[in-house]
Amino acid sequence: MVDVHLRNIVKKFGKTIAVNNITLDINDGEFIVLLGPSGCGKTTTLRVIAGLEKPDQGRVLFGDRDVTLLPPRHRNVSMVFQSYAVWPHMKVYDNIAFPLKIKHMPKNEIDKRVRWAAELLQISELLDRYPHQLSGGQRQRVAVARAIVVEPDVLLMDEPLSNLDALLRVKMRSELKKLQRRIKVTTIYVTHDQVEAMTMGDRIAVMNAGKLMQIGTPEDIYLKPANVFVAGFVGTPQMNFFEATIKEIKNVTLLDAGDFKIDLGSKFVDILKDYVNKTVIVGIRPEHMVPKELMPPSLKDVAFIKGIIDFVEALGSDTIIHVNTGSMILVVKISGSHRYQLGQNVSIAIDLDKIHVFRKDTQNAII
Amino acid sequence: MSQPSSSVTMYYLRKIVVAGLIIIAVVWIATPFVISILYAFSSTEDYYNFRLVIPLTYTFEHVKALIDLGAGEYIMNSIIVALMTIGISFLLGLPAGYAFAKYVFPGKDPLKLFIVGLRMFPILVIAVPLVTLYIKLGLNDTLLGVALAHTAMALPFVVLITSSIFAGIPKDIEEAGLIFGLSRVGVFFRITLPMALPGLAAAAIFTFIMSWNEVFIASVLTFQHRTLPAFILTAAQASPDTIKFAAGFIMILPAMIFVFIARKYLIAMWGITLR
Repeated sequence: MVDVHLRNIVKKFGKTIAVNNITLDINDGEFIVLLGPSGCGKTTTLRVIAGLEKPDQGRVLFGDRDVTLLPPRHRNVSMVFQSYAVWPHMKVYDNIAFPLKIKHMPKNEIDKRVRWAAELLQISELLDRYPHQLSGGQRQRVAVARAIVVEPDVLLMDEPLSNLDALLRVKMRSELKKLQRRIKVTTIYVTHDQVEAMTMGDRIAVMNAGKLMQIGTPEDIYLKPANVFVAGFVGTPQMNFFEATIKEIKNVTLLDAGDFKIDLGSKFVDILKDYVNKTVIVGIRPEHMVPKELMPPSLKDVAFIKGIIDFVEALGSDTIIHVNTGSMILVVKISGSHRYQLGQNVSIAIDLDKIHVFRKDTQNAII
Repeated sequence: MSQPSSSVTMYYLRKIVVAGLIIIAVVWIATPFVISILYAFSSTEDYYNFRLVIPLTYTFEHVKALIDLGAGEYIMNSIIVALMTIGISFLLGLPAGYAFAKYVFPGKDPLKLFIVGLRMFPILVIAVPLVTLYIKLGLNDTLLGVALAHTAMALPFVVLITSSIFAGIPKDIEEAGLIFGLSRVGVFFRITLPMALPGLAAAAIFTFIMSWNEVFIASVLTFQHRTLPAFILTAAQASPDTIKFAAGFIMILPAMIFVFIARKYLIAMWGITLR
């Protein structure tokens, strides 16, 4: 168990910069998720930590040990691969025992550890089989058992659940998280699935185009996205974005979006005073808007937007309504028990405590 | 209304045509085998009897005559040459195949083409210089000399086949080896090689048969230490037909045994290669 530090990691493949100056501190025993779209450099970052790629610049530290140039086998890391990478020419038992055999551990100790790991992953009855006799989910468990049996300092997982079917994925998600809590190993988990990231990570590092966009707890990432990318990547349906010009009249801030104006009152005057008469990007999540008639009494600080219902998606548990405000569509998420008709006029209340304002140039968050 | 019935006719017609083509192909390939085996054991009288197509009496005397002429020793020579060819061509070809499969380096594709291109030159062209060179090196009329020549012929094949076998082994599987405590060399011997074994076995068998069948180089390079085909070429030329058939039988027997054993590996190998 160890804390992991990345210092200004740069990795290029030819002319493409896969990882662009990433600095990241991961605490001992923490479950950290690298989240981002495909090609954002998250897997490359993981491979740099594993030692499968040498960074072009920067350092990788495990505790105060500099492992940047060490081969993987001298790092005491484990990895669960997306394809599981279970060795097909070995039985399950030998797959799990292999890393221990290489370390020349005594036979009875190996046996004890293999059985411990197999029990933990509930694959004790499969030890005598070959991988091709197993289902995808079982192979996945073998890969995880092999990864934890060596008691690694750092456990690396590269989209381990993406090849499983949806139901199994949900089950394994909680199992992996519980397992990690139990053995308290520092874990770095790569995924493009925001739900996995939100449910599993102690902290999430959101990446895009080789750069670290934001690092924080799932709550931070969701409630206080640092920029337009993070705000748009996390959350379903996606956050609504529109451009607006900031106006200030008598100590009251107004967001002028053309179709409508949002009265922000006086509480953001200080924060937004540098942006008066400038265009900003406003973001509001579908779940932070509600038709006026459904407004809970607790919701006080609101602004209203009028529109016509353009499209309704009834998902059962939720209903997604698309509200046409004239030149743009706002997506609003409400509980599935409410019925709305196409063409119906609605007044939508925006929760002003949950509104986001981003700079148009840097795309970074102002509020 | 005639539409469905004509399409049914077409369906069966097509099946009949395909079956017919398969039968022609099988007969085309099998007939020489059957004829050589039949006549290899046919009594001489039956063979020369014009009224008999299929001989009625059988004998081992033709095969025995060949053995008496020293065929046994030449069979051993052929086996030794073939095994040496496999050994040397794998020693040289496996690392090359692995490099082609797993690494990106400048000039990779031209080099691959060049290796195939080596097979472009007829052996006839290099025969005389080869013999001169061998005499200088003291390799003429040695089994090692023949094996080296056969290696030169088999190597392009070994490189290309092994490279496609290695390419079929996923990168993740090897990287898992690196993560869990192996060096690159360790990964090759403990992960990659065991997984590649069936395919490599098939490649070895092909190399064996190539060396076993090769007659020209073996005839040119050897005088006393002949391989089986070189021996047969000289010995059977002046012999009666039945002896020729017996010689043919001795030649095809090992090849048939090998192919029979290797059938499932051959399929595995092509499966990997064609992916």
